[in-house]
Amino acid sequence: MSTTTKEISVGDIGARGAEASSKLDGDKMALNVGPSHPTTHGVLRLIMELNGDLIDKCEPVLGYLHRGDEKIAENMTYNQFVPYTDRLDYLAPLANNVAYALAVEKLTDIEIPPRCQAIRVLVCEMARISSHLLGMGVFGMDAGAWTPFMYTFTEREKLYTLFEELTGARFTTSYTRIGGVSRDIPEGWLDRVQKFVDELPKAIAEVEKLLTRNRIFLDRTEGIGEISKEDALAYGLTGPNLRAAGVDLDLRKDKPYSGYEQYDFDVPIGTRGDCYDRYLVRIEEVLQSIRIIKQVIKDFPTGAWYAEDAKKIFAPPKEKILSSMEELIQNFMIVTEGPQIPAGEVYFEAENPKGALGFYIVSKGGGVPYRMKIRAPSFCNLSILEKLAPGHMLSDITVILGSLDFVMGECDR
Amino acid sequence: MIDEDYIKSLLDKHSFLSHRESIDCFTVDCPAEDLVSFLKALRDHEGFELLIDLTAIDHGEGADIRFSTVIHLYSLVHRGYIRVHSACLNNDEPTIPSVSSIYPAANWHERETFDMFGIQFSEHPNLKRILMWDEYPYFPLRKEFPLAGIDTPLPADDVVEVTQASVEPAPMMGGPFVSPGSGVISDSEPRAKDESWTEEKEKKS
Repeated sequence: MSTTTKEISVGDIGARGAEASSKLDGDKMALNVGPSHPTTHGVLRLIMELNGDLIDKCEPVLGYLHRGDEKIAENMTYNQFVPYTDRLDYLAPLANNVAYALAVEKLTDIEIPPRCQAIRVLVCEMARISSHLLGMGVFGMDAGAWTPFMYTFTEREKLYTLFEELTGARFTTSYTRIGGVSRDIPEGWLDRVQKFVDELPKAIAEVEKLLTRNRIFLDRTEGIGEISKEDALAYGLTGPNLRAAGVDLDLRKDKPYSGYEQYDFDVPIGTRGDCYDRYLVRIEEVLQSIRIIKQVIKDFPTGAWYAEDAKKIFAPPKEKILSSMEELIQNFMIVTEGPQIPAGEVYFEAENPKGALGFYIVSKGGGVPYRMKIRAPSFCNLSILEKLAPGHMLSDITVILGSLDFVMGECDR
Repeated sequence: MIDEDYIKSLLDKHSFLSHRESIDCFTVDCPAEDLVSFLKALRDHEGFELLIDLTAIDHGEGADIRFSTVIHLYSLVHRGYIRVHSACLNNDEPTIPSVSSIYPAANWHERETFDMFGIQFSEHPNLKRILMWDEYPYFPLRKEFPLAGIDTPLPADDVVEVTQASVEPAPMMGGPFVSPGSGVISDSEPRAKDESWTEEKEKKS
């Protein structure tokens, strides 16, 4: 396939950013941050009105990474959409894969075997660790501490190696299928995961030594970006940001899915809801994830890693397709006509590292969803910024953004 | 817990509601004019403090009610969800009252729904596009909008002056694929949806 490239000059962006300035009458200054700026962790643009060093107004501008995922979902079969879920929260693709699979399975009423559930819990928690490690490291960096990032990134690298062994890809894993996962865990992999979680607390301790009682870090984060319980609920925050504000809501506990009810873990809750609390909650969540992973590995179920019903709806086993006529025909029909999903509507959300990632699926039967809405936690978490930023100093905005730990791939969809 | 008794008491309290069967959570239909007062009652008296999601469904051109909005609320007291459907009045210029005065979280959700479906939320404090750029003329999630997109002018005049560039539809070759799902097998094979143009063949205008 030949492609053509066209060079587009974008003119003077700086001049366009100054436009907002000209509307103010001289006392205040307009500052345009982003869309491509290290603070914004992606392509978020902030238009701020500054009064000296204080922020008077902050308007987030989104959409720079909008790809129309919901439109795309309406035009392809259920399993075809799995790779697109990788690209929502691209710092925890495995957790997105699982959330999406569970949503469709809720619609089809497929029963998932214990081994498959255990694999999913395991990868979800590994994704949480990976996402929080990056979140904490980058947060430290935003507050001026470079070194913790080196520690967390080293650990994250080890996780990616494990992901690669499991799924074949380090980043865009596309691991789940509706009714199961794409492959069973490789031999000896659990031991390597065990080794990783045994060693991880050491690295977390290093990070904690560098940050948790660090005077400079405390000065920059304590009391900054305080979100009250009421505000957090009103603005629809979820995940660590909501829990840091003191609301006890963790879907793994309150609406257990994929067998989370079998595992013993604590939900950390903040008291002040400031940037420092959000950091503490994430640290503790990593330690709790380690706890869950250890329990999963200890009692790892044997048996099928693919639901029996899924064979009829989504795909027969590969070796059968190649050797048996019936499965061959079945596979052909599934591929050509798409899996047959009952009509109905369903909403499912999972506790992802960034918050509650929800899928609202309306099906009219057949192989393609009629409407699919993706409820992105980062989108909701960012909406509080308009209220949160005013009154803070300009230098605080980097810390606030870092502590909210959002990802634009999911926010803009 | 949201159980039968609770559902019954809620339906008795609000006579304008109609219960809708759903496989996963408690679902009601609420007329647009009662939406704001109903949600206020849910938040203040029933403990549904968290607006999880607000979106819309396009039922297609020609449907009796073309657009309806769907709201998901979560209650920390009941540890459960409620889903509220409400139909938008007027199919050509769909309108529905904004609930952002009750749930500030709805502000961005409503902007997104306006952006994607063109539904007007009356009394919304700042109803403008959020994901697409302000000058964008279409509503992409409406059913008649093609997957590939529509040729649209670039929003930056200074760039257009130099490059004459515009926002072009995505080439559909190579996917994503759709299956019509019916008819002769040879016709129902998955294929790219818009095949009106390829590298060799000019796009029909």
